[in-house]
Amino acid sequence: MTESIDRISPLHGAGGEMMEQLLAEHVMPHFAARSVGRIDVTAMDDGATLRLPSDGELVVTTDSHVVKPVFFPGGDIGTLAAAGTLNDLAVMGARPLAITLAVILEEDFPIADIDRIVRSFAGVLAESEVAVACGDTKVMGRGELDGIAINTTGIGVADRAISDAGAEEGDAVLVSGTIGDHGMALLSAREAFRLDTELRSDVASVWPMIRSILPIGGVHAMKDPTRGGLAAALNEMARKSGLTLEIEQAAIPIREAVAGLSDMLGISPLDVANEGKAIIIVAPEVTENVLAALRAHPLGRDAAVIGHVGSSHPGRVVVTTPVGGRRFLDMPLGDPVPRIC
Amino acid sequence: MGRPFELADPKRARQLADAIILLAPPTPVKIVHVCGTHEMAITQSGLRRFLPSTVQVLEGPGCPVCVTSTADIDAAVQLAERGAVLCTFGDMTRVPGTRLTLEGARSKGCDIRVVLSSADALRTARETEQDVVFFAVGFETTAPMTAAVLLDDPPPNFSVLVAHKKIPEAMAVLLDLPGTGIHGYLAPGHVSTIIGLQPYQHHLGRFGLPVVVGGFEPLDILYAIALILRQLRDGRGVVENGFPRAVAAEGNPAALTLIDAVFESATVAWRGIGEIPDSGYRLREAFAPFDARERFGIHGQAGEEEIPGCRCADVLTARATPADCPLFGRRCTPLSPVGPCMVGSEGACSIWFRYGGRELP
Repeated sequence: MTESIDRISPLHGAGGEMMEQLLAEHVMPHFAARSVGRIDVTAMDDGATLRLPSDGELVVTTDSHVVKPVFFPGGDIGTLAAAGTLNDLAVMGARPLAITLAVILEEDFPIADIDRIVRSFAGVLAESEVAVACGDTKVMGRGELDGIAINTTGIGVADRAISDAGAEEGDAVLVSGTIGDHGMALLSAREAFRLDTELRSDVASVWPMIRSILPIGGVHAMKDPTRGGLAAALNEMARKSGLTLEIEQAAIPIREAVAGLSDMLGISPLDVANEGKAIIIVAPEVTENVLAALRAHPLGRDAAVIGHVGSSHPGRVVVTTPVGGRRFLDMPLGDPVPRIC
Repeated sequence: MGRPFELADPKRARQLADAIILLAPPTPVKIVHVCGTHEMAITQSGLRRFLPSTVQVLEGPGCPVCVTSTADIDAAVQLAERGAVLCTFGDMTRVPGTRLTLEGARSKGCDIRVVLSSADALRTARETEQDVVFFAVGFETTAPMTAAVLLDDPPPNFSVLVAHKKIPEAMAVLLDLPGTGIHGYLAPGHVSTIIGLQPYQHHLGRFGLPVVVGGFEPLDILYAIALILRQLRDGRGVVENGFPRAVAAEGNPAALTLIDAVFESATVAWRGIGEIPDSGYRLREAFAPFDARERFGIHGQAGEEEIPGCRCADVLTARATPADCPLFGRRCTPLSPVGPCMVGSEGACSIWFRYGGRELP
């Protein structure tokens, strides 16, 4: 086979020698270190095995990832794919065990970029002590896909999984850190905006932080505010619990640079994605302990109580604005568009 | 971290709200602003909750996207159909013309590109051999930016479809329309940074109603509303600057010079209102080569089609709130807008829908 190939060709997805070589040289070395089953990813068998936990619940989640640009300030599609899935498990209160990795590549995708992406992916897994169970690679023709798409399925185990619907009246609403970082970093990184900012995505696995609050108890509901941002996640939690989330806007931690870009573009930081944050709703008596545990972890340094659970407007989110006005915070509609003047 | 809270201090807001309650007359008062950013701030900060029930604050023709006439949209569609690369602000792509939206034209193969500024459009022209047309919408705030690129030695493949409009002229016309019943104007802060106070005096002076320039922070807006109510209580009706930290009486001479170098006044059509004398701009003779209408020979005039059931015209003339429209939030949402007020992100309907303006918690 040709030695100096540096871009993806259709043969890389054909299941033959080229694919074997790609996986052996660029993928497997990153995943061999950790194994959770008798037949693991390095066996390259038709499937992988996982040892069943002795008790508790298995939690499974799946997610497909596309992002533009593929490499953005603070991360890339590899970090995003790993953190996105691990975070879905973490906010279910589940310790992540294993993850699958299915990659679809566009013909001509640079192999050096695959190296970077796989390394990022593996880096996030290492922090959370997660193994790759199995994987898949496909190649599509030029123009049939925009570079790369990744699907991941995560499997975790929880004593008793925590849903996003369990808020109770009187509970406190916490966020684990600053809001809007990922979405605003991407907006500013997209070429069309041509803005130089120091914004970085917050993409990270929140499991190491969440792990520290679970033993405290009293966690009634959790959710990661990804697409649709804090606004969508809070609305979902309010709707599912049938209660009212009463939020103090001034208490929501927002970086200066995020607030600035947000004002400029007319896009609310509450409407854009976060990739390393959790909304945590807890019983009032454990609020201070949970907050302290979050703040003790580097990812939770800016954690804050942003409101409480009431019942005045069932299923709705009510925001008290910094000036003391009140309004409903509704689901964002779709992709935010910057305003004209 | 966070925002400049001194301009959103709840204690000061409470004081201003108390002042507003003391100043408000017992009979209903209608205050109109003409700026999407004002509506956004009022709705996002929940400011209507501070106002007594007798004080109503409405958005008039304050959304540049919403007031762009069908004729201008049609011209943009025609230019794109003739093969020009049409550069436009994002919201414009979804505003209905007679036949098509620009989005519709794009799906038929036209090259429509979304830009964030006139400078982006000029850059596009410099990077291609094709004809590039910038669809120039917006008020006195964006007109100087268009002027600046035309003075920046644009390449011959660049031209402009001018649809800029002037706010004070429209504010005056609104007062003559039946059924508007406006008691005072909250004048737009950023337009005023450009034009200063004189144009308001010139066009609105004869009506003798309060016109107060307001900023965009919550306290700026409450303060401006208090100034309007104080004038009403005292039986006065003058132009007053409630935003002196940004607005100078003479405006921004550099920006005005740019506008004057490139544009002259023209009678233009506003959606929902109709033609208003001298309420817009056209290119001066010296810039005729950059006039997209001239270059492509587009002189079509479209009527202002009313969309059945849609009350955009009433919303744009402050004769109705978005919630008064039977389509609002039902058949007409930002995802599938019927009228332009739901399309433009500065449009009252869009803002009310997105930020919960239709109901107060």
